[in-house]
Amino acid sequence: MTDLQDIRSSSARVMQAHDAKDVHGAHDAHDHHHHRHASNPVHTHGHHLLQVEDLSVGFRMYDPAEPFFAAKQELVNVIDHLSIAVHEREIVALVGPSGAGKSLLADAIMACYEPNVQVEGRIWFDGELQDAKSLAALAGGAIAMVPQSVASLNPLVKVGRQVQGGLSHSTYRTRDTHGARQPGKRKKHEKQGKREEHARLAQRQQELFARYGLAPSVADLYPHELSGGMARRVLLCCALIGNPRLIVADEPTPGLDEAAALRVLEDFRAFADGGGGVLLITHDIELALRVADRIAVFHDKTIVEETSVASFASPEHLQHPFSRALWHALPEHGFSAAGE
Amino acid sequence: MARYVLFHIVKCAVLLLAVSFLCFALVNASPIDPVQANLGQAAYINMSPEKRADLAAYWGVDAPLWESYANWLGGAMQGDWGTSLRYNAPVLQVIAERTVNTLMLMAIAWVVSGLLGFVLGIAAALHRGGWLDRIIKGYCYLLAATPTFWLAMIFLLCFSVLIPLFPIGFSLPIGVASSEATLLDALHHLALPAITLSLVGVANIALHTREKTIDVLESDYVRFARMRGMRPAEALRNGCWRNLLLPALTLQFASISEIFGGSVLVEEVFSYPGLGQAAVTAALGGDVALLAGIAVISAVLVFGGNLAANILYGVIDPRIRRGEGLHDESGRGDIAGIGGIRPSRRLGGRQFADRGEVIGRG
Repeated sequence: MTDLQDIRSSSARVMQAHDAKDVHGAHDAHDHHHHRHASNPVHTHGHHLLQVEDLSVGFRMYDPAEPFFAAKQELVNVIDHLSIAVHEREIVALVGPSGAGKSLLADAIMACYEPNVQVEGRIWFDGELQDAKSLAALAGGAIAMVPQSVASLNPLVKVGRQVQGGLSHSTYRTRDTHGARQPGKRKKHEKQGKREEHARLAQRQQELFARYGLAPSVADLYPHELSGGMARRVLLCCALIGNPRLIVADEPTPGLDEAAALRVLEDFRAFADGGGGVLLITHDIELALRVADRIAVFHDKTIVEETSVASFASPEHLQHPFSRALWHALPEHGFSAAGE
Repeated sequence: MARYVLFHIVKCAVLLLAVSFLCFALVNASPIDPVQANLGQAAYINMSPEKRADLAAYWGVDAPLWESYANWLGGAMQGDWGTSLRYNAPVLQVIAERTVNTLMLMAIAWVVSGLLGFVLGIAAALHRGGWLDRIIKGYCYLLAATPTFWLAMIFLLCFSVLIPLFPIGFSLPIGVASSEATLLDALHHLALPAITLSLVGVANIALHTREKTIDVLESDYVRFARMRGMRPAEALRNGCWRNLLLPALTLQFASISEIFGGSVLVEEVFSYPGLGQAAVTAALGGDVALLAGIAVISAVLVFGGNLAANILYGVIDPRIRRGEGLHDESGRGDIAGIGGIRPSRRLGGRQFADRGEVIGRG
């Protein structure tokens, strides 16, 4: 594990954690809320940053096997009783094949529902049980999404303005200390407040661009003028503008070469090291192993195993056959398709 | 730039030649005898055959198609568009008098149907599946299935005959000289034809805008905006509406031809002296010079509309205005003001998909 070109080696704290894992072995970690911990994160306030329990996401659709008019609506579950948790200061990678429905977990957390979807389960954020309304209020604030591609940016609006978000332009709302939005009262001095908010967001956008190596002139570009790597950083800035505590990143690396992908993941690492939590949804287990603290293996509509990265050092530490199959399919273990 | 301008001038010239020639060919092929049609039954019967032959020769009725077309074309090039048989006045004068009426009618219908259709379409899309959507959609389907002339007659019946809010026809009060009529009179006479034409135009534009808005609302960028805490309507207000502008412009400028077509019917029903009514009169009277003149004017109008849409694309869409990619310091940025052609080719099917959805209505 330590000889792996591991980008976490930049962080002394994580190195220690690593050594600890290597000494004790992750399988020693105690079971806890369906998952086993990596050794470094802690429950700072006695609870998880994000906890999802028994989440089922289903679509109401007509039974395709029935004749057209006789077909009855039925609920087809795409996610079935899934549980996952993210702590502060950690990256949890949800790993599974493309098209298996992983992104629906992100949609559920971001309260972005399709018209015919049915979502059941319990989601806690920062120790508080959430519902669709409160999750929608957190979206864009304390919980931020990093989408997959530049297609998530409006092609006809300059990047800088999009990073600043629409909040200052059309609706001015106050944000409380947790970043959750509260409906602001429309008052006479709102215009003044709007202008201040706008200036604050513009400044924050400039800071973020500087921090992520984007030239100030990038703000005046349109999305189609961005390179792949620039686009990812712009999307990350979109998420960070609201000072989130949790980032949900849905496949943030496809289309990037390895160096650019690692840079993106380093950015997430830095965010987590700064006290945030990251839920990284990816089909790329190699990249996930390099950057994440814990891996959640998505298989057959649910998470079959949620374990520390260290467990992937050896298949004996993995409990579920699918996880072990994944381990054997890794390039350094000979791509073998069959387990054991 | 020069190439672009030249290209469009040539294109326009070819179009006008084709349209005017088609007019001559159709009138030539039609069984209507201009002499008989323009004299009236009584005068025609009482006229000696020699006199008829003289008139036919004077009007060039029996001249072969190529000769009459060449004559007309030669004159039109020098600014003489011929003399209208029906109105016994220079074609340009007849057209000038009527163009004002028609343009007023069309402009009002064009703007009202465009704005109303755009707003209704967006409103329906934002409330998709809700009662507002159903009402708007129902209204649009009903109107889209309604013939323009029929609606015009219904309106005439309801709002001029049963409830006499509006005059039953013409552009001015009966028995009043045009010099004595006020602007208010003119508007009063214009109102009902304009309302009819606008309402019919709304349906098409609203339904198309609704579809486009739904596409935009389901796009990745609106999805992302929602995940950033915006409601769909907020996302639209906050820049995503610009994506509706391109298809809306295409639709709006393409609808010029439709509105023109509609105005012919509406003017006929309301006896409103516009170009459309003159076109019907000219066609029924074998008045080829007037018909060709009107055809040329309307072709210019429609061509101008499409050209304007093309140029506006370049103004609105940064992908066209600023080219693709970061490397356009090398003069690729020069294609700025020219708009359309090259970029739409570069965007491939996408741009054409946006532009190809106008469904004509006769």
